[in-house]
Amino acid sequence: MSATRVGAERPRPTDEGSPATPGPPGTLAAVRALLAKELLVELRTLESAPGMSLFAVSTFVVFHFALNRNHLDGDLAAGVLWVTLLFAAMLGVNRLFVADAEQGGFDGFLLAPVDPSAMLLAKTLALLAYLLTLELVAVPAFALLLLGPSLGHALPGLIAVLVLGDLGIAVLGTLIAALAVRTRARDLLGPLLALPLLVPVAIGAARASSPLLAPGHAAGPGGRWLLMLGLYDLVFGLIAYAVFDFLLED
Amino acid sequence: MESLSRHPAGPSERDHRPPGDGDRASRPSGRGLRRLSIATVAAMGVALGLVFFYAPIEAEEGFLQKIFYLHVPLAIVALCGFVIGAVMAIAHLRTRDRRWDLRSYVTIHMSLIFGVAVLLTGSIWARGSWGHWWVWSEPTLVSFLIVFLLYAIYQPLRFSIEDPERQARYASVFAIVAGAFVPLNFIAVRLSTAYLHPRVLGGTSSLPPQMALTFGVSLAAMALLFATLCSYELAAKRTRMLLKTRSRTLGFQ
Repeated sequence: MSATRVGAERPRPTDEGSPATPGPPGTLAAVRALLAKELLVELRTLESAPGMSLFAVSTFVVFHFALNRNHLDGDLAAGVLWVTLLFAAMLGVNRLFVADAEQGGFDGFLLAPVDPSAMLLAKTLALLAYLLTLELVAVPAFALLLLGPSLGHALPGLIAVLVLGDLGIAVLGTLIAALAVRTRARDLLGPLLALPLLVPVAIGAARASSPLLAPGHAAGPGGRWLLMLGLYDLVFGLIAYAVFDFLLED
Repeated sequence: MESLSRHPAGPSERDHRPPGDGDRASRPSGRGLRRLSIATVAAMGVALGLVFFYAPIEAEEGFLQKIFYLHVPLAIVALCGFVIGAVMAIAHLRTRDRRWDLRSYVTIHMSLIFGVAVLLTGSIWARGSWGHWWVWSEPTLVSFLIVFLLYAIYQPLRFSIEDPERQARYASVFAIVAGAFVPLNFIAVRLSTAYLHPRVLGGTSSLPPQMALTFGVSLAAMALLFATLCSYELAAKRTRMLLKTRSRTLGFQ
């Protein structure tokens, strides 16, 4: 739907190499530029990833007191880990488009003759990078502070679950952040929209990681849950690609 | 509500013609409402008659099982309404016709009201048959709650956007995403409770014929009720828009 519309309005770049007419940059080049800008801003301001990581560690401390447990395993460990990651991700989702909306990033992007989907892809990759940074801190902290069984053998399986879960959070988070950022109550609407939409991700991720975090971890991550996570990511990736253009045009 | 009535496009755009030229747009919409209302009342009457006097009393749950004929059609109609709202939103984004956005809004709004009734009747049914007001082992009800929580944000999202054109566009994007979420969420929640509880009413195919007939009529009556209420709301909104433009052209404001 969006591809034909975009193709009709904006001429696709023909050949990038011809020196006579430079032409508009290709989508990949636009994604690269946007992602570089995003990461540069993050490195200079340090607003998203460090805050998310600190929030996650604080949440583990709160869980220790709230549950009155020193060690967690199985279902409870998977639940605490994913609830923490999900809520920490909300912080990043809320901030994702704020600078673009307030400081003219959208206007600048709309003036450039590039495919609007480049923004979706770049922002999704940026959010994915923040989430991976968050997990580089949060998962070792979780293993140190709360997890009963050792993480060693479970790590490859857990990484697969984390990546699939992160993809879902990144795709839906970007879509929701773009939807909520132009509203009056964006700080409120973002998480309220995101949490129901991420319930299936939480189901899949928590169920897949609970056997990995069980004592003795006999079983790997359930293939059924990984498949469900992957399909969910794919479907919402396609939906986001189809509708994202409509959020940008003005 | 207020910002909806300020839509500049749609029916109001055509109202700069002199009043009383008798074409369809200048009359308040709402034709066929009487026939639709009569059909709905008749269908509801027949459905209730069948529920109370024709359908047999179920052996295990007894009289309480009658709520099945109210709860399940309500849920089916509400979910279909959410999906139809998404299809209308797609039509809005494709055609840029603001009337599709109005239809999508009314459908989702009405589904949300039906959704409250679904959760209430489901809760009563759960209390009666399992002894708890809420049971997590019933995946359909749990998924419905999640869908309901998502759609509860539709109106706050919509009405916190000032610009009417952007409001319609963003609401449509939300309606499409949420409409796709409805079936996916049901699959995910069903998977998470699979193999735990065998389902008593696995589908209408296993119902005895008398119950199936009653259920079919109840479902049709509920769908008619939904259509009637949507038509009334649409007619009211269009008439309000018409009145506004009329009073503006006549210089009352």
